[in-house]
Parts: sequence; C-alpha cells; structure tokens
Amino acid sequence: MSGTEETGAPAAGTAARTGPPGAAAGEAAPQPPKEHGAGDGRAGRRIRQVRELGILLALALLVAVTTLANPGFLSGQSVRDLLLGATLLTILAVGQSMVLITRNVDLSVGSVMGLSAFAVGVTFVSLPGLPTPIVMAIGVLVGTLCGVVNGVLVAAARVPALVVTLGTLYMFRGIDYWWAGGRQINAADMPDGFLGLARITLFGIPLPAVVALAVVLAAGWYLRNYRSGRELYAVGSEPAAARLVGIPVDRRVFAPFVINGSLAGLAGVLYAARFGTLDATVGTGLELEVVAAAVVGGVAIFGGSGTVYGAALGALLLSTIDAALPMLQVGSFWQQAVVGLLILVSIGLDRLLAVRAARRLRGGGSRGA
Amino acid sequence: MDRHPPPAPPLLSLAGVSKSFGTVHALQDVSLELRAGEIHALCGENGAGKSTLVKVIAGVHRPDTGHVEVGGRPTAFGAPADAQRAGVAVIYQEPTLFPDLSVAENIFMGRQPLRRGRRIDRRAMREAAEGLFARLGVHIDPDRPARGLSIADQQLVEIAKAMSFDAHVLVMDEPTAALSGVEVERLFAVARSLRDGGAAVLFISHRFDEVFQLCDRVTVMRDGGYVSTDPVAELTVDDLVHRMVGREVSALFPKQEVAPGETVLEVEGLGRAGVFADVGFSVRAGEIVALAGLVGAGRSEVVRAVFGVDRHESGTVRVAGTTLPNGRPAAAMAAGVALVPEDRRQQGLVMEMSIERNATLTRRWSLSRLGLLRRRDEQRAAAAWAERLQLKAGRLSDAVTTLSGGNQQKVVLAKWLATEPQLLIVDEPTRGIDVGTKAEVHRLLSELAGRGIAVLMVSSELPEVLGMADRVLVMHEGRITAELARGEATEESVMYAATGQEGRAA
Amino acid sequence: MGPEVDDPTTSAAAAPPERPAPTARVGAVGSAGSALRSLLRTREASIVGVLVASVLGASLMVDGFATGRNAGFLILDVTAIALIALPMTLVIITGEIDLSVASTLGLTSAVMGQLWVAGLPLEAIVPLCVLLGSALGALNGLLVTVAGLPSLAVTIGSMAMYRGLAYVVLGDRAVADFPFSWTGGATARLPGTDVPWIALLIAVLAVVFGILLHATPVGRSLYAIGSNDEATRFSGISVRWTKLWLFVVSGTVAAGAGVFWTLQYGSARADNAFGLELSVVAAVLLGGVSIFGGRGALVGVLAGVLLLGTIRNALMLADVSSDVLDIVTGLLLVVSVVLPTTLARVRERRPRPAPPS
Repeated sequence: MSGTEETGAPAAGTAARTGPPGAAAGEAAPQPPKEHGAGDGRAGRRIRQVRELGILLALALLVAVTTLANPGFLSGQSVRDLLLGATLLTILAVGQSMVLITRNVDLSVGSVMGLSAFAVGVTFVSLPGLPTPIVMAIGVLVGTLCGVVNGVLVAAARVPALVVTLGTLYMFRGIDYWWAGGRQINAADMPDGFLGLARITLFGIPLPAVVALAVVLAAGWYLRNYRSGRELYAVGSEPAAARLVGIPVDRRVFAPFVINGSLAGLAGVLYAARFGTLDATVGTGLELEVVAAAVVGGVAIFGGSGTVYGAALGALLLSTIDAALPMLQVGSFWQQAVVGLLILVSIGLDRLLAVRAARRLRGGGSRGA
Repeated sequence: MDRHPPPAPPLLSLAGVSKSFGTVHALQDVSLELRAGEIHALCGENGAGKSTLVKVIAGVHRPDTGHVEVGGRPTAFGAPADAQRAGVAVIYQEPTLFPDLSVAENIFMGRQPLRRGRRIDRRAMREAAEGLFARLGVHIDPDRPARGLSIADQQLVEIAKAMSFDAHVLVMDEPTAALSGVEVERLFAVARSLRDGGAAVLFISHRFDEVFQLCDRVTVMRDGGYVSTDPVAELTVDDLVHRMVGREVSALFPKQEVAPGETVLEVEGLGRAGVFADVGFSVRAGEIVALAGLVGAGRSEVVRAVFGVDRHESGTVRVAGTTLPNGRPAAAMAAGVALVPEDRRQQGLVMEMSIERNATLTRRWSLSRLGLLRRRDEQRAAAAWAERLQLKAGRLSDAVTTLSGGNQQKVVLAKWLATEPQLLIVDEPTRGIDVGTKAEVHRLLSELAGRGIAVLMVSSELPEVLGMADRVLVMHEGRITAELARGEATEESVMYAATGQEGRAA
Repeated sequence: MGPEVDDPTTSAAAAPPERPAPTARVGAVGSAGSALRSLLRTREASIVGVLVASVLGASLMVDGFATGRNAGFLILDVTAIALIALPMTLVIITGEIDLSVASTLGLTSAVMGQLWVAGLPLEAIVPLCVLLGSALGALNGLLVTVAGLPSLAVTIGSMAMYRGLAYVVLGDRAVADFPFSWTGGATARLPGTDVPWIALLIAVLAVVFGILLHATPVGRSLYAIGSNDEATRFSGISVRWTKLWLFVVSGTVAAGAGVFWTLQYGSARADNAFGLELSVVAAVLLGGVSIFGGRGALVGVLAGVLLLGTIRNALMLADVSSDVLDIVTGLLLVVSVVLPTTLARVRERRPRPAPPS
C-alpha cells in the first residue's frame, strides 16, 4: 500500500549507461566497462530459487529435528496423515496464488469450500442413487459458480477484490447456514465408496495428496508455459502496462477467480470424503490461513511474482508445523503463534532479498564517493 | 528527403481529430499524415498536445471528433490491442514495463514464440530478444527482470519491443531524452532501416539537431492545435521555433535585475551512493540559480535531498546558517525552504482532494485555532492565493483534476508560497503547461527573487535556464561539472558541460 | 527537452484498473447527472438513510425491538465492533489495514485472565493490558513503516501470532471468576435509563475521533496520505510517523475493547472475538470508507456499525435464524460498493459521443 522505494532509480540510469567504450569518451574516473543493465542478470531468478529452497530447507530442518526427537514422526502412517492434512491447504493455496498473482485476493475460499462440502453431503442424502463421480462434480461445480460470482463482481463491476470477497465470504457462509439449518450430515449418509477415497493410496501416498500434487504441477506448468499464464503475472505486475500491450485484463482477472472457486470446490469434495461429518461451519476462518500459506511460499501479496510451487511448499510447511509441534513436546498451543511468526519472518525476508537485489541490479555505488 | 521524393499513400492519418478532458482541450482539429518510407517529426512545446496525439494513435484515447485512418480506411481503435493489430507500435515517453517479468518476456508479452502444444518456446524467445539487442548493438541480459533497469535501458527494451512487431507505423515519443550519444546513433540507424523497409516513423523530440538530422517532414503543434507540416529541408531552426512558440522567444522571460543579498542556502559535499556525489553550491537571497543538465543527471535528486524528502549519505545542507537535519522535510519547511516538485501529479498535488485542501495542505497548523481547522479559514486562505495567482478554476471545492496543467501548477505554487519561504526550490516549474501560464510563472519567479527570496530552479529547457538564471550550475552524472555566470552561459557552454564533454573545465 | 506530460488523464490511466476513478466530482452533465452526483456524493447520507429505515422497519414489525431495554442490549452487542471501528476507519483512510485487532483483543483477554489468576488486582491488570495493546499495535506499525512491509500481509501474520500467543498464555481454559463489582459494572446502565454507560464512552470517543479526522491538521494529512502518500511526503508530513501512531492507537483501542469484552461476558478466553476483524472491516467499508484510502467519513462508519447491529438484533427478536444475517451482511457490503461504481460508469458512458463509424 505504500511504495516509495524506487526513488533513487531514475538517476541510476546514468551509472549503467557508461557502457560501450565509445560512450565513455570524456569520463573522468576510469571505470571497468560494464554491460547494459549492469549488475547480476540472474539475480531475479536466483531470488525465486533461494526463496523456494529456503522453505524446502526449513521444511527439511523441521522434519529432521522432529524425527530426532521422536523417530515415530517419519513412520508411514504419520507421513500419510501429514500429507492428507496438507492436501486441502495446498489445493486452496494454489488457487489463491493465482488470484494473488493478478493483484487480487479471494477471502471467500473458506466459505466456498464449506458450501461445496455441504452440497456434496446434501446431494448424497437427497439423491441417493446418483453415481459418486457426478456428486463430486456437483461439489466442484458449486465452487466454480461461487468463483464466477466473485470474478464477475471484481472483473466486470470493477470493485476491489478485498471488499467483494469479504462480502461473498459472509454471503456464501450465510447460504451454507441457511441451507443446513442446523443439520449435520454424517458418514452414514454417504456411500462407503466415496468415504474410502481418502484411504486409497498410490505407492503409499494417499489419493487426495496425489490429486493435490497433480493440481500443483498442472497450475505450475500452465503459469510457466502458456501465454495466458504469463499474462496473469503481467496483469499483477503493472496493470496499466498490461492494458497498453493489449492484454485482455478483465478476462485475465476473471479466470483465476473461477479456477480458485473450482479448486475450493474440489477441496470441499475432498473434505467431505475425508472427514465424513459435515455441517455449516466447515472451512470457517480458513481464508487467512490460505493467504498465509501463499505468502510464506513467496507469493507477493500485491501481485506479479511468486509461484504455485512456493505456495504449495508454504502450505506443506504450515501443515508440518501443525503435525510436528506435539511431537516436539511443544504445546500445541504454540502452533498458531509459530505460524504467525513464520509469516512475519517470510515477508520480512522477501523484503530484504528484494532490497538487496535492487541494490545489486542498480549497480549502485559504482559512481562517486 | 530527396531520397524519397514520390508521395507515397499515407499508411496512417488523422483527420480533424479533437479530444477534450473536462474543460481542457488537449487536441483541436488536428490532422496528420504518415507516409510509407518517411520519418515524420512532431514538434511542439510542452503542453502542445503531442502526448495526447500519440495516445490517440495508440488507441488509448478515443477522439471526440475526427478519426484515424489506416491505409485510407477510417478505423476506430477501441483499445491499444486494435492499434497493435493494425501494425502501430508506440514507444511511450514513460516506459511501460512489467518489473517482475524478465526482459525477454517484456518484449514478447502476448506474442511469445510457441512450440508444440501452444507452449511458450523460452529458448526461441530468448534468442529472438538477443537478436533484437544485437540489432540495437546493446547487451542486456534477456533473462534478468525489468525491475532495476535504468531508464535508458528500459527505453531500449521498449524499442526492441516495437521492433519485434515489424510494425508499419512506429511512434517514438521522445525516445532520446535519456539516451547517450552512441545509443541515439544506434536508434537512428534502426529508425532509418525501418523507413527504408517501407515503414512510417513518427518521431517526437525537443532536440532540433535530431529533427534536422533524421527526419523527412515535420509537423508543428501549438496549444493543442495543428500549425503546419513541411519538408524539413525547407525549414530553418528559427522557422521551427517561431511556429512552435508563436511569438518572439526573448519576450518570454522578464527577468528583473536584483542585487543578491545574504547567502541563504549552502550545500557542501552532498552525496548519495550511485546517485550524486560531492555536490556543493550556494544560493543567495534575491538570486535565481538554475540547475541544468540532462535528464537523469541527478538534479532532482539533489534538490530532493536538500529539502529532505530523500536522505543523503554525506555532506551538509545549511539554510541561513543552520544545518538542516537529514531527511526531515518538516524541518526544512520550518527553516523556510519550499520545494515545488518535478512530478506535479504524483508529488505536487493530491489529485483527488479539492483545490482548497491542496492549497492549504502545507499550512494546516498555522491555519488552525486550538488545533482545530475551520473550513471557512481554509476557504479564505485558498481564495486569497487563487486570486493572487489568477487561478482559473470553477469552484475551489472542486478536485484539482478538473484544472488544466498550468492551473494545477499554480495550485502547487500557491501551496508553497503560502508558507512564506526564504528559499524556493522549483523543479521543472513550467513542464507541461501552456505558453501563457509559463510566462506568468516566469514573471512570478522573477518577482519573488526581486523581493529577496532565493530561488533554486531545476530546468531542462535551455531557453528558460538562460533567460531566468543569474547563475547556472550544470550537472553531469551526479556531479556539478560547471558553474556559469549569467554572461558566460550559452546554449553551447551549458550543453558541453551537461554532456560531460569538457570534463571539469569551464 | 525533458519528458513531457501534457495529458490530464495520465494519472488516472496509470492507476491500477480496479481503482475506481474519482468520478463523483468530474464534470457531471445534465439534471440526471447532478441527481446521481448528489446521490454518490452522499454515501454517508445513504447509509444513514438505510439505518433509519431499518430501525423504523424493525420498530414497526418486530415485537420488543423498540424498547429501551432492547436498545441497551443492542449497544452492548456492538460495543467491541464500534470501539475498534473508530481507529480502523483512520487506518483504512490512510490506505492501510489492521487485521490483527481481534487477535489483540483475544490476547489481551487471555493475559487479563492469567494475571487475575496470578493474583494481581484488576486495578493494575487493566492498565497493563491496555499498554500491552499499544505495544502490539506498535509492532505492527514498525513492521509497516520501518520495514516497509504491506500492512495486509503484516497483520495477517500478527493476527495469527497474537491469537497463538493468547493460546500460549491461557490455553483452552477460561477464567471466569472476576468479581461481580467489575463484571456487573461493565454492563451497568446510566442511572435512571436503560442506556449502558459504555454508550456514553463510545459517543465521546466517536466525537474525539470525528473531530480528529474531520477538523484537525492531522485529519487532513490522513486523507492526503491515503490518496497519495508521495505528495503528502513532499508536503512535509511524516507519513511513517503518522501511520505508526495509528497502529498504536488501533492496538490500544483493541486492547481496551478486550478488557471490556472480558468483563462484559465475565470470561477471559483465548478465542474471544475470533473473526471479529472481518466484522469490523465490513462495518467500516459498509460505512463508505474506500479500501484504497483517501475517502470516507466517521458518520458513515458509525451508521454501518449500528446498521449491522440493528439487523442482527431485529432478526434475532423476530426469531429468524441468524444465518440470514451473514447473507444480509455480505449482500449489503457487495451492493454498497457495486452500486456506486456501476452507476458512475453508466453515467460516464452516456454523455460520450458515439465513435465515428
């Protein structure tokens, strides 16, 4: 919300401009010939890698320490639980990252997830004959519709996303309560085939975790390799410039909301399959945890940078902290405080890296005193 | 010119285009023809409407009346993308890059080379970017992010982007302002090769030598209106200036002679790594001292550090003998310093606030009684200044956005003169304002100096510098390279020092 | 030869697209235009109007709404939101946000409980707790102003951290043995009326904040910071210092609300006021404050707080399930931002002559 950091930038132009030998004819002080855009060309990429490596390192450290303290932590069942636990947050963090990258935010994800989870339950109860895959599709569809509502309000009505999705957070949750009317749906109301999904494993990895991994890879692949994916970054990085180069900004803002809605719907379906007990409170307060996972993973809250891999790692780290603290004999009450500290540390670190990279890219200090 | 005698059909033309913003008529009935195989110069003073014209061609603004024709057919550009599809590439004055993305992506955004499955071919994109830079003869790493690029390098990326279009019509809005001599030469070579390939180039520049060296025809605009179009060979510099200004240049600068008094501002050894170094000078009461130099020489940065908006790393700033604390604008204001900043919209005014609130923003405390502000006092104070500066405004409670550039500048001046400064720093005081107001501003500055106020003026317009200043300080790459008395300062001596061609001599 | 900027729309065009242009004042044409303009200009008036209408509607249709007793309950219900919304309005007007307020409240409450268990007298506990809130706010403020981090991210982080610390301090226990002289005192009514004394405090604070925002040099600078912090800095106003103080005030008031909450409900818990931050932000935005800063008035915010409180209260009395409240809250919030921007855009489009064909 403030951004007065670039004040020194224009003048730095002269520093980098001394480049080609011919230009430096009357230069007083001898300077080593420099390239245009001097400084370290790969600094930007390196930051990103450092960023993701950093989380990976923190993750590895946490796992190592926890395992030393309690060897049971790396047992198959415990790892499976951990992965299963990270699944929902990861899927939601991927969708949220795509929205954040375009310089928007979706606070309604928790409500959307709750609504689709309940929709799945209700469909099983009221239409018992319906095949499970169709019911799951309905769950995802409910999420998608919510995403469309958000997207239309933000992209077409051009209303700030924070306000809109704060509003729809209440609306979707209210619809959920109204629909549920105090009802609870239990495992007994849902077919075993559906509830068993969470227990299926592929090479020892729970199916939902495999789904989450697929979502991460697909989103990462798309964002990196497709024009429209790159345009999401462009829109978030500099909206005015995006319009000038002819990017359909409204469409690029709209799409991530829809995708995020679908993913929240998918998360709702997986929630229903895993826990089997559904009421109107599912997913309450999750939105800020999701944003936190993305931010810890290096997705800039004001758009333009970050990857879904980072966000997924962030989600995994937060979930691992959840699982590790009890094993470390640290009271589980510490969990949230640690997560909060982690968020503050990671945005602080991002800032520090950015400032240092900017200084290096600027080739500062090359001239004068 | 003589190499291209046959009048080719216009690739793009504007016919009777007008465009207004609120009460401001930015363009009035302007016509322009760009022919295949010509480099067409567009000249006019700041505020003549050139940038608005560029934005109409680029599809950013839709004309109120008149239309744009491409290849003889009327076209309505609804969005920049339409103009791009029609083969129009525009290099804006202010680069429009995505700071988070790589240089190569910035060049090819939306048009990245693809391989199987519509995936982006990164290697091809990188190579294409390298190819473009090779043609421009510069080395910029295509993989580095655009954030942190110098203005000149950003400009080069923009040029590479425009080249990658293979556009029929290339518009360059002051592309050379931040470039060095060698880079300018390369840019000209590129422009000529595009022309020889049958493209039309619209070239906007304030540097007459460039216009005469590069261009085939020149169109002149003044105050939003069309003045003339001629082959460059048939004009002299004097003709051109005369058409742009519409009156004798010397009449513009009514500088009073004043005997300078006590030293008001003393700057010693001021430095900030990578920006400016070892800057020292003084300004005396009643004196107008100009700080000249090329864009990016560090002039604005120096005055910002003097005022305290930016911190400096070494040196001292003294006003009337007392040293100002580093980085404290409020202390500078208390010591009687005022800064009319370079960027009126971003730094000078809070655009969404009313005229009166802007005009009284610097005097909030002195206008308040027992810590409370009364609207009536604010209104009265603002109205007094509006009258003194002959502000042309509807109501003072309207937002400043409703004012023309010149009147906005008057609000900034009112805001600072109301603090009764003993040192007034003005950074590009007449940028982007109409000729009439410009003369008013000059008269005002001269009058203020006459009343014993020390004036430090940063200006990129040589006539303004030469006409107004008692002394001229010239900066080059962050250092003061020359100090010229009024008698010594000529266009040549200032330009030499500004381009560093005489080193520390002069 | 310097770069030239002669296009009055440059700044508007360069602004992020989601930022609604300040259309309310620019060249309205015709009577329809001016009618719309006055409608748009008085966002606060319309929210006050909606408030009055809903109070009237509820009085007529809901039994037991229009009683002094019920009004007292209504006020007690919205006390925490009303208190926290005051500094939140100022924070949002400067273009920042503080999402950690509810966690600050929770942490204050937990600390209060723990200190009481440890045997300190409440006379000492209360000032300590309020001071703690100032410190928590200062931490937010320092991270935003000195480290230059976006407040949205910072306060999401500190929201989690403060709430977490609340659990660390008190676990999932509840401390509920505060003396009745304090808990009863918190909800005491002004002598001879049904109005709780806290309403008087809210009113006094509202007036103080209102004057600060609308009639002092500081208030002017808050709007300027929110509209354009660079130009504000160039006017000699210390943007950082101002923002830092706002976060301190925000934390302090949240802590005060925490103390009151604990006494009001007679229970110190770590999860007190969980999720309240979004209710506060919703009320502020509903009151017409721009999320981007620079625009808004305190009257609108108070009306927004009371409107949400009235609807909740009336629905509960009418035995409508409280779920509808969420839908209504969300709908009001969305409509309150969608309607003005859409109207402004429709109006903007109309006077523009058709493009030449």
